[in-house]
Order: sequence, then C-alpha cells, then structure tokens
Amino acid sequence: MLRVIVRRLLQLVVTLIALSALIFIWLRNLPGGPVEALLGERATPERRALLTKALGYDQPILVQYGKFMQRVVTGDFGNSIRTGDPVTEVISRAFPATIELALAAMIIAVGLGVPLGYLAARWRGRSLDNLTIAGTLLGISIPIFFLGYLLKDVFTQNIHWFPPSGRLTTGLDNTNVTGFFVLDGLLTREFDASADALWHLILPAITLATIPLAVIVRITRASVLDVLNEDYVRTAEAKGLRHRTIRGRHILRNALLPVVTTIGLQTGALLSGAVLTEKVYNWGGIGTLITDSISGGRDYPVLQAIILLAALIFVVVNLLVDLSYAFIDPRVRVR
Amino acid sequence: MSLLDVRDLSVVFQRRGEQPFTAVDKVSFTVEPGQTVGLVGESGCGKSVTSLAIMGLLPKRGNKVSGEVLFEGTDLLKLRPDDMRDRRGREISMIFQDPLSSLNPVIPIGVQVAEVLERHQGRDRRQALREARDLLDAVGIPDPQRRLSEYPHQISGGMRQRALIAIALACKPRLLIADEPTTALDVTIQAQILTLLKQLVDDTGTALVMITHDLGVVAGLCDTVNVLYGGRVVERARRHELFAHARHPYTHGLLSSVPRLDSPRGERLHAIRGSVSDNIPWAVGCAFAPRCDNVVDACLEGPPPLEPTATGGDLRCNNPVSEEVAVL
Repeated sequence: MLRVIVRRLLQLVVTLIALSALIFIWLRNLPGGPVEALLGERATPERRALLTKALGYDQPILVQYGKFMQRVVTGDFGNSIRTGDPVTEVISRAFPATIELALAAMIIAVGLGVPLGYLAARWRGRSLDNLTIAGTLLGISIPIFFLGYLLKDVFTQNIHWFPPSGRLTTGLDNTNVTGFFVLDGLLTREFDASADALWHLILPAITLATIPLAVIVRITRASVLDVLNEDYVRTAEAKGLRHRTIRGRHILRNALLPVVTTIGLQTGALLSGAVLTEKVYNWGGIGTLITDSISGGRDYPVLQAIILLAALIFVVVNLLVDLSYAFIDPRVRVR
Repeated sequence: MSLLDVRDLSVVFQRRGEQPFTAVDKVSFTVEPGQTVGLVGESGCGKSVTSLAIMGLLPKRGNKVSGEVLFEGTDLLKLRPDDMRDRRGREISMIFQDPLSSLNPVIPIGVQVAEVLERHQGRDRRQALREARDLLDAVGIPDPQRRLSEYPHQISGGMRQRALIAIALACKPRLLIADEPTTALDVTIQAQILTLLKQLVDDTGTALVMITHDLGVVAGLCDTVNVLYGGRVVERARRHELFAHARHPYTHGLLSSVPRLDSPRGERLHAIRGSVSDNIPWAVGCAFAPRCDNVVDACLEGPPPLEPTATGGDLRCNNPVSEEVAVL
C-alpha cells in the first residue's frame, strides 16, 4: 500500500512539472499580456520595451521558465502583476472561499444524489424514477451560469429568500480563523455570522451542485440496478436479513464503488463550475480570481499558480479516491 | 402432517406487452421431516422458479404465484412479507448454484455467516463470530479462525460453497433447499460437497429439497424424486423405483443419456431429440409430445393427468415405457 502511495506521489510531481511547463508556454503565447494591460493601447514602443525588460519578459522563454521554477521550489510564486501582492497570499485569501463552496456543493450532491439514485432504482419505471431521470437530464444539460442567474433572479429578486451575492452581509463582522466563514462562526461562537454565511452559501452551492448531483444520481441508480440483480443480494434475502441490513451492507456498499470514482472525477467539474458560479454570485474565491486575472491583464504569476493548484487538487483528490477504493473493495487491495 | 406440502403451485410470469408465460404449472409434492426430495429436470423446466416461489424470493412484480405452500401447516404464500422474512434463514434455508456470486465480495466471510445468527438468534457480533467459526469448522473449512476475516475471492470454490452451506445451516433450519449446489464446481469437489450435505442433513435431521439436472446427484442422495417437464411434474417415484423402472419417456430418455462405463465400445450415446423450445402448451397436449418416441394420438388431444402407479409413485403419460425395459 505504502509503495502505491509513494509511486503515485512521484507521478504527481512529474505531472505537475510537465503541466507547469505547458501552462507557462501557453500563457505567454496568448494574445495581449500584462504589458499592454498595464500601459494601455497607446503606450509608446519605448515604454513597452522598458516594462517588458523590467518584468523580465524579454528573455528567452526557457530562461524565464527556469527562473520561475527556481523560485517555485522555494515556495515563491512571485508577485501579482495587478496588485503587487505575493501570489501565495492572494491565493490563500481566495482559496478557502472556493473550498467552502465546493464542499457545500459536494455535500448536497452526495447527500441528495445517493438516496435519490437508490430510490429511483428501487422504484424503477415508477413515476419517481421517471421524474428523477428527467430531472438529471435537465441538471446535466442546463448551463451553470444560466441556472445561476435564474436562481438568483427568482430567489433574490422576486422572492427575497436569499441574498444576491457575496459571502457575508455587508457590515457584519466575523473573526477570520480558517477562512471558512460557516466554520469560523462556529469556532468563535459568532453564531449569527455562521448563519449569515450559510444563508449566503445556499444558492451558490445549489448552482454548483447541479451537475455533480445529476451525475451521482445517474451513476447510483445504474449501479444499484446492477447490484439488485446480483446473486449475493438474493442470498441476503434468503438469509431473512432485515431490509436495512440488506440495503446498507449488501446493496449500497457494493453500489457505491462506482459512485466514489465519480466523486473524484467530479472534482474537475466542480473547479470549472466554481469559476462560473463565483462570477454569478460575486463569491470572491479562486474562480473570481481566475476571471479577474485573465480579463485584468493576464496576471501570469497568479494564473500559473492557480492552474497548478487546480491540477494539484484534482490529482490529489483522485489519489484519495483510488486509495479509498482499495479500502472499500478488498479485491483491489490484493492486486 | 408433512413438513412441506406444495399444492398446485403455479407461477405465471406476466410482462407488459408480452404473452403470459407459465413457468410452474400446478406442481404438487410433499417433503417429510428429514427426507431428501429431488426436483429433477433440464434447464427451463421450472425447478428453480419452484424453489424461489417456496422461499418467497421471486421478484415482487411481473409474476403471479398461486396454489399453496404449506410449511408445517402454514401457507407461506399467505404470510406477510415480514413474517416470511423471519422464517427465511431460520426455518427454511437455501443454497444456490454459483458460490462465488452468491457471496458478497466486499464483506468478510465471518460477517456473512455471523449476520444470520445476529438476525435470527439475537447474538451479538462477537458471539456470532465465535459460532461462525465453529460452523465453518463443521462444514470442513480448514483454519476457520483465519477464514473469518478473509473475503470470498481469497478462498477456493469448494470452500465458498461450504461457507454457504454453513450460512444456510447456521440456525438449524428444518428445511434446506439446494438449487444445483454443485453445478459450478469441479467434479472432485462436487462429490465432497454432496457427501457433506448428506452427512449434515443426516446429522441434523434437516429435510432437503435437492434441485438438480444431474441424475448422479439424485442417485446418491434423494429418497423421492420428482421429475419436472415444462413446469409440471411428469413422474414421481422413490429413488430405486425410478432408476430401475423409469416409466415416463422423458425420464427414460434422461437415464439412457447417462454415459456408462460398461456399455459396449463405439456405442452412440442416447440423446433426447429436439429441445425445450419444441414444447407445446399443456393446454394443447403433452408438452413433451414433439420430442417423445412413444407419442400416441391421445398425447395431442389434451394434457395427460398425473395418475398413481402400482409402485406408489405418480405418472403423467398416455403411453409409458413398459416396466420390463430396465435402464440400469
């Protein structure tokens, strides 16, 4: 087991290095750039050349990359071109917001998706099943930003159930401990702040959860249908076991194996979905940071770091999923 | 009172937009306490469906079960699902054909045995596991303590079937239904499993319904044999009667198709011609008629009745094989 983990971590390092080179080259070949953004369209060629030199962008790309990697291994990702703040600081400010949003979305997707998928399979062909299938189709096909604006319009403009944007009501102060506002409120016993943060979290989390929710419902349903036909479920029935034992121990335990894999793959969808969701709800997380860094003048250092971070999260989550797989399914363990 | 008295059991599968299919057609048979009864027939004759109907394990939708299944006088078909659930695994158990797929792949063997004891005998996990170890020992699994924490894929096919037998017999049921328990196993293992089953039912006094297409299994185990064809019992006899004088042409054909060591070299193996798909509906005539060598006009004019024979069995045939033609 330990050898598997070590091997996977080594693969992870190689992946990240290759990816960093790719991002580096790709970003610098995009039209436009920080120099144009900082100086505007009417800057003289001399001023441009000066700034290009000052930022080091006149050097060959390999040299730039070498310098970048040199600093990265010491944990220094440079400074944001836009604000001048250290990239690590910029990101660590935005990061908890996105994680909080993504976790909330995942809790909704798994907490609602697994029971729904199970029930749909159990009542296959009945109205609940048909409704679920239609609903998931809608959930998968509806664009996130459209759903986001729709929910926002209905629940914040027409009926004022939720706040339209942000993570906290303006004027409400909270003590920042972890950066997860709901958790911070609980830790510092500022329960009003916690409730307020939760209240702000609900709509964005639902928006972000739709696609993973739909996928998880479908996978669970298909997987439970498979397992229901398995001989060992019949054996469990022949033993006269109680419904809940059969459901939990014999059906779900096996049916959730593919669902766990899906959860890992959905991390990617969550990260890209977060960009759109955060834009709609002005969430101020990594997603907002990405859009701002691209539209606000190709903030190379920030973008590089964010994309690497996203890749790191994706790979680590999938590593954890693979490891948990081995934990749940003894047949994987032996191989 | 018989332990199990199946009366006119019928199972009709009905799918939307399809013709109803009668898988089991008014099957009746009895099992006395401690007796071993065989249900014999080829694939599709309704033997497995019969056993699942007795156990109440048929899918809830898409079929209609009628008749009576009297277990110690109680009609199991009329029990509430929860009451039936209380009896399954405790009073009536069942073992299935494929031991690998019949065991849950992600749960240790020990828990799979122990959970029956927890459910029906109110044992806690520790106590149940201790008893599970003894049960595994009793069915001849070596090193039972270690097996408790092993998974189905880690033990051999024969051991898996032994584990399933241990599960089925854990609560000392009065009736065990074995649905082709040796079909998926190597021939050498088959013999071991059959010997074990015979020894266990003899020791515990458990009655056994043995479902099989293998006449060798019947010969070694069963007291009484019911031969099924097309969802109906076509012949019923005590084991020795059946092997000495099979009267129904189908039974006769089955017995003659068994290869024998003492038959002359080069002799062709006898086979029943055609296949189950040639069957005609019982309403029209004898389902076996299109494949039968003894077919007479009456066979196509309506279903022959099941009638008692002189030797104490029952026979559903207009023109049975004469008693003088012995097969074995």
